[in-house]
Amino acid sequence: MQFMLLFSRQGKLRLQKWYVPLSDKERKKISRDLVQTILARKPKMCSFLEWRDLKIVYKRYASLYFCCAVEDQDNELITLEIIHRYVELLDKYFGSVCELDIIFNFEKAYFILDEFLLGGEAQETSKKNVLKAIEQADLLQEVSMLSSIDGFSWLF
Amino acid sequence: MPAVSKGDGMRGLAVFISDIRNCKSKEAEIKRINKELANIRSKFKGDKALDGYSKKKYVCKLLFIFLLGHDIDFGHMEAVNLLSSNKYTEKQIGYLFISVLVNSNSELIRLINNAIKNDLSSRNPTFMCLALHCIANVGSREMAEAFASEIPRILVAGDTMDSVKQSAALCLLRLYKTSPDLVLMGEWTSRVVHLLNDQHMGVVTAAISLITCLSQKNPDEFKTCVSLAVSRLSRIVSSASTDLQDYTYYFVPAPWLSCKLLRLLQCYPPPEDGAVKGRLVECLETILNKAQEPPKSKKVQHSNAKNAILFEAISLIIHYDSEPNLLVRACNQLGQFLQHRETNLRYLALESMCTLASSEFSHEAVKTHIETVINALKTERDVSVRQRAADLLYAMCDRSNAKQIVAEMLSYLETADYSIREEMVLKVAILAEKYAVDYSWYVDTILNLIRIAGDYVSEEVWYRVIQIVINRDDVQGYAAKTVFEALQAPACHENMVKVGGYILGEFGNLIAGDPRSSPLVQFNLLHSKFHLCSVPTRALLLSAYIKFINLFPETKATIQEVLRCDSQIRNSDVELQQRAVEYLKLSSIASTDVLATVLEEMPPFPERESSILAKLKKKKGPGAVSVTELDDNKREGGELNGGADRGPDTAQTLEHDISLSALYWTPASTQCAYLQFIKDETRGLIFSQLSVSG
Repeated sequence: MQFMLLFSRQGKLRLQKWYVPLSDKERKKISRDLVQTILARKPKMCSFLEWRDLKIVYKRYASLYFCCAVEDQDNELITLEIIHRYVELLDKYFGSVCELDIIFNFEKAYFILDEFLLGGEAQETSKKNVLKAIEQADLLQEVSMLSSIDGFSWLF
Repeated sequence: MPAVSKGDGMRGLAVFISDIRNCKSKEAEIKRINKELANIRSKFKGDKALDGYSKKKYVCKLLFIFLLGHDIDFGHMEAVNLLSSNKYTEKQIGYLFISVLVNSNSELIRLINNAIKNDLSSRNPTFMCLALHCIANVGSREMAEAFASEIPRILVAGDTMDSVKQSAALCLLRLYKTSPDLVLMGEWTSRVVHLLNDQHMGVVTAAISLITCLSQKNPDEFKTCVSLAVSRLSRIVSSASTDLQDYTYYFVPAPWLSCKLLRLLQCYPPPEDGAVKGRLVECLETILNKAQEPPKSKKVQHSNAKNAILFEAISLIIHYDSEPNLLVRACNQLGQFLQHRETNLRYLALESMCTLASSEFSHEAVKTHIETVINALKTERDVSVRQRAADLLYAMCDRSNAKQIVAEMLSYLETADYSIREEMVLKVAILAEKYAVDYSWYVDTILNLIRIAGDYVSEEVWYRVIQIVINRDDVQGYAAKTVFEALQAPACHENMVKVGGYILGEFGNLIAGDPRSSPLVQFNLLHSKFHLCSVPTRALLLSAYIKFINLFPETKATIQEVLRCDSQIRNSDVELQQRAVEYLKLSSIASTDVLATVLEEMPPFPERESSILAKLKKKKGPGAVSVTELDDNKREGGELNGGADRGPDTAQTLEHDISLSALYWTPASTQCAYLQFIKDETRGLIFSQLSVSG
């Protein structure tokens, strides 16, 4: 995968994960152009299109578009399911996820994504294992919070 | 919102985000952001040392502002400081910031690499993963230099936790992609390949991406992975849906891993070992069989996962191109998908069939679906699907169906999206030329192309039709007649005028006998378009006019009149003016013999690779030209220009070598030089003739 973009129906970018080195300027241009192209498509159209020299796989969940750019030899259908799995993870974590969750907890969305995909490839496809890893990290947060309160430092 | 409080939500951040969302205008947003930036700047510069929580909050705010699209030029130092915090959330935010806002300051890089090194050697798996994620996200050369030797060690060490192995594998992959010279697999190769046998499916999933990439670059070193991959695939494909527990996705066992295994196998030719090959063929057959079984679930996720594996298996079958039975089955399966309810599947089937069309074994099988594909071209609502259908028609075209396919593509072109017209035009031109048995059909097709999509007919296309008409005696009369008719249309494209002008200039005599296309009629027809055309076209027309004077002396007076008028001989464009003046003079002082010699019919062009093919290749990249093009001779023994090629005339005069064709085919900058040269040569010749005749 080269990059993943999440954006609203008004074209506001909610998450942008880049797996290839590109300058800021190039990223902005790509985001702008691609978002326009996808928003121009009608609902019943297929989930794949060719754009520049990439294949684009996208799906809309409620008010958010999830859009991935993959290379010519990549498998489109499995990419669709990567998107779905990511949505499932967000959903489990936030409890019935909506766009607002991703807006106000944007850093969490990135952390969850990193547990699932790394360098553009799936690293763990068991939903249970990914969520476990995230929960463990969250536990560490709680512990570290507690440790900052006097008297509990022995816990940490 | 989360049911349980997930750690410490930073209230200040939430408030700031709310403020931004409530801004009514872009200006208000920028104002609020600038206020915050000033605040953060002062906090960072302030005397009081900030506590970890505050630092984290401000760094996170900066990150948010950056992701909104605004530039951030400070905060890196504070983010790097967070890396050395022993609080997990602070580290996490620090890493996120530096992964997103990559900074090339060498001092910062040194500090970052230090922090990463500490985390990697911390033996705390969560910290190690954070560090590995950061390296994978940034993947810079400096990181590769610092860590490329350490990560393989972590990857294969016995005491590394599974989650860390997964991150290490993909981290190494990223470093390999960006700095392959720094990632030396040497001593690690066999142990990395062995990861394919790991009992943890997640480790296998991650490792296989790394192995696939390494195999592509070093196939020999990694070839032991093939048999391991086949065993793994075989075990997955034959497992029941309960075997793989959490790696089963909507009743499909390990779909991601299956697809990756099939991808890995596409890096290699079919296995040589009979047993391994047998097992693999069995696997592929099972996958094809499963496609015919009733689905275990109605959910689209189930069918997507199942079909993802199916399509990848078909890709492998096509890649091997050696099992006729499997190829035909694959083709049939795709044929079924061509008429599936789901648009996605129809799209993928069309795409997949394109590659299948170039295989010797399945080319005929693909052709049987021509009616379905033509129907898709006409009736699909989605333009991306229609485009795939057009691509497939191009790929499946051969002598038996060329006329039908070209006709369909022409009619599609009339309503096609502008963005794809140029490519379609190139393809139609290539097909028309390649499969032309009857060259009058070819001429008709190109002229139709110009009529339908004139703007998108590039130079290569109309140069080619002229080259072919020049080289083939049998189609010259037909060409002259057809362009003459085409030019009668009230609104005709400029490219048509170019082609028409040239052809009538060369072969107008072949239709001059008919009073409806007498010389004067031809001239008036061309001249009626003159004022509508651009400079290059007018230049071409002027050349056509001087040729007319040679062909039809009776038109001399009329044409000279035109050449003489101010708008020609005083034209502000140098090229036009020069031509008008030169041609006028040439027509006045040269004897008929000299004129006939100078303006003799164009000799045939030498055979060269079609520049149209070259242009299509350039447009679409190396994969664009299907095997059929390259295997042309093998399959049909087709010649580009068929029939009896006229050899060059034996009595070629100096003028031909220079040839007036130079005036058309060379770029404008060289044209002047050529004109000068010709001027000198013909002047010399004319003078010598004059002196001979007294």
